Amino acid sequence: MRLVVDLNRCQGYAQCAFLAPDVFAMHGDEGLLYDPQAAAAQRERVLQAAAACPVQAILVDGLDLAATAPAAASHGEASDG
Amino acid sequence: MADTALDQLKRSGRVVVVGASLAGLRAAEVIREKGFAGSLTLIGDEPHEPYDRPPLSKQVLLGKADAERTLLPRRRDIDAEWRLGVAATGLDMAARTVKLADGEEVPYDRLLIATGVRARPWPNEAEGELGGVFTLRTREDGVGLARALNAGPRRVLVIGAGFTGSEIASACRERGLEVTVAERGNGPLVGALGGVIGAVAAELQRENGVDLRTGISVTALEGDSTGRVRAAHLSDGTTLECDVVVVGLGAQRNTEWLMGSGLGAGPRGIACDAGCRAFDLRGIVTDDIYVAGDVARSPHALFGYQFLSLEHWGNAVAQAETAAHNMMSESTDRRPHLWVPAFWSSQFGVNIKSVGVPSMGTEIMITQGSRAERRFTGVYGYQGRVIGAVTFDNGRWLQFYEKQIECTAPFPPPFTTVDRRPDGQRPIPADFPDPSVPTHGPTITLSGYSPADRRIATFTPAGH
Ligand SMILES: Cc1cc2nc3c(=O)[nH]c(=O)nc-3n(C[C@H](O)[C@H](O)[C@H](O)COP(=O)(O)OP(=O)(O)OC[C@H]3O[C@@H](n4cnc5c(N)ncnc54)[C@H](O)[C@@H]3O)c2cc1C
Ligand code: SF4
Repeated sequence: MRLVVDLNRCQGYAQCAFLAPDVFAMHGDEGLLYDPQAAAAQRERVLQAAAACPVQAILVDGLDLAATAPAAASHGEASDG
Repeated sequence: MADTALDQLKRSGRVVVVGASLAGLRAAEVIREKGFAGSLTLIGDEPHEPYDRPPLSKQVLLGKADAERTLLPRRRDIDAEWRLGVAATGLDMAARTVKLADGEEVPYDRLLIATGVRARPWPNEAEGELGGVFTLRTREDGVGLARALNAGPRRVLVIGAGFTGSEIASACRERGLEVTVAERGNGPLVGALGGVIGAVAAELQRENGVDLRTGISVTALEGDSTGRVRAAHLSDGTTLECDVVVVGLGAQRNTEWLMGSGLGAGPRGIACDAGCRAFDLRGIVTDDIYVAGDVARSPHALFGYQFLSLEHWGNAVAQAETAAHNMMSESTDRRPHLWVPAFWSSQFGVNIKSVGVPSMGTEIMITQGSRAERRFTGVYGYQGRVIGAVTFDNGRWLQFYEKQIECTAPFPPPFTTVDRRPDGQRPIPADFPDPSVPTHGPTITLSGYSPADRRIATFTPAGH
C-alpha cells in the first residue's frame, strides 16, 4: 500500500511509530522516516496510525474512496513500476 | 436553471493536465471531486505513475526504502486517460491543443500545466556523462545513486550544499561513507536561509565528519580509461580523488516546450495570477490555462505581490488544489493561492523546517533555544515585520510564526522573554548572499518587483 506523510504538518508526535513500527520510525529527536510503500500485511496498522495521527498528516491510498478495488487497478495504461 | 458554460464543461468538457507528478495528480483528484464528468487526460514524459521525490534524498539513500517504490497514494479514483512516457512538445493557444512528441494533438477546454523542474546538469556534458556522476531528481537518478552508494565508494563528492546536496552528504555519513561537499558560497543552505544559519549548518556537517569546503568550485571532473569518474579539480588548485560525484546545482524549469506558444513562460517559470491562471506574453491573463507547482511563479499578497517560485512539496499540493478548484468554478467563486510557504528537510539527524520567505529577511533573531544546542527557532525580519522563520528540531513553534507572518506581526518580536538565551536577545543581519551572485539551489526564487532583480537587470549589460 502506498502512503505519504505531509512532513510540513507532522509534529513528530510519534504516534505512528508506536502503532506501526515497521513502517514509521523516528529519526533524530523530531524527524520521521517512513516506508512509502508498506507491505500489504501492514495495512491495518498503517490505517490505525493514520487515524491516530493528531495532525492528520498521513495520507494512505484510497482512504477517501468508497470503492474497494485496489488503487491503480483501473488506471488505463499506467502500471505499477 | 439555465445550463451555464461551466455546467457544460463539467458534464462533457475536456481537461488536460501536462506533468504527471505531485501537482498534476493532486489537481486531477480535485477536478473530479468538483464533479467534473468529462474527459481527463494526464500527460507525463516520465514512464511512471506519479511518485514522490522527497524520499529519494532521504529514506532511499539510507537504504530504508526502495527508489522504485515511492508511488504517491491516490485520494480517489480519477478515471483519467494516462499518456505516460510521452512529452508535450508544443501548445497552440488559439486551437486549444497540446502537441505530443509522438505527433498527436490533444484538444482541451481547460489546461493545467504542472511540468515542474529538472536537475541542472553538470555544465560540461562529456564530464557529466562519466560513470559515477549523478544528479538527483527522478526515480532513475535515485535507483542509480542508491546503487552507487551500496557499492561502497571510497569517496563521494557532492557539488553544491543546498538542501538536496546536504541531505545526500548526511546520508553518506550515516552510512559511514567518506564525503566531500564543495560549495561556492560561504556555507550550506545560505541561499535559502542566509549566512547565520549557514554557519550552523556548516558546523553540523563538519561535526558529522563531512569534508566541507566552502568558497570553492569544482572546475573539472576527470575520468579513468573506462569512462568512470576518478577525480575532481577544484578552484583552489587541488585535486580530489572520488568515485561518485553528485551534482546538486539546483533546478531548471521545464518551460522550453512552450517557446513560441505565446504563453508567458521562460527560464524563470510560467507567470500566473493569484488564481493560478497563466499570463500570456503580453501580460494578459488567460482564462483556460492554469499553472501549479514548481514550474509556476505567482504573486503573493503577503510578500508585496512579488512573484514567488517555490520548489516546495507543500506548495505543489496547495497550488494544485487551488488551480483545480478555480478551473471548475465561476469567476466569483475562485480563490487566490495564498499559501504561506513551508518547507522541511532532514539532515544529520536534525529536523529543519521553515515558513514564510526567509530569503526576503534582512535580519534574524533567535527567539527560542540556541544555535550551539542545534535546537532553536530563528525569526526573519523585513522592514519591521516578521517575514519568515526557521526551526532546527523545534518544529512545534512554526505554526505560531506562520500566524505571525500572516498577520504581518512586527519585527523584532516583542516576546523576547519567552526564552532568555545569550543569542536570543537581539536581531542580527541575516547575511544572505548578494542575489546577483548565484548560490546553489535556493528553494524560493523571488522575481518581479524586487529591487534586487532590477539591479541585476541594470548592472550587468555587456559594455560595463
Ligand atoms: C531529491 C528531492 C528531495 C526533495 N525534498 C523535499 C523536501 O524535503 N521538502 C519539500 O518541501 N520539497 C522537497 N522536494 C521538492 C518537491 O519534490 C517538489 O516541490 C515537487 O515534486 C513539485 O511537484 P510538481 O508536480 O510541481 O513538479 P515535478 O515533481 O517536477 O513534476 C513535473 C513532472 O512533469 C514532467 N514533465 C516535464 N516536462 C514535461 C513535458 N513537456 N511533457 C510532459 N511531462 C513533462 C516531469 O518529467 C515531471 O514528471 C524535493 C525534491 C527532490 C528532487
Ligand atoms: S503521528 Fe503524525 S505527527 Fe506524529 S510523527 Fe506520525 S505523522 Fe508525525
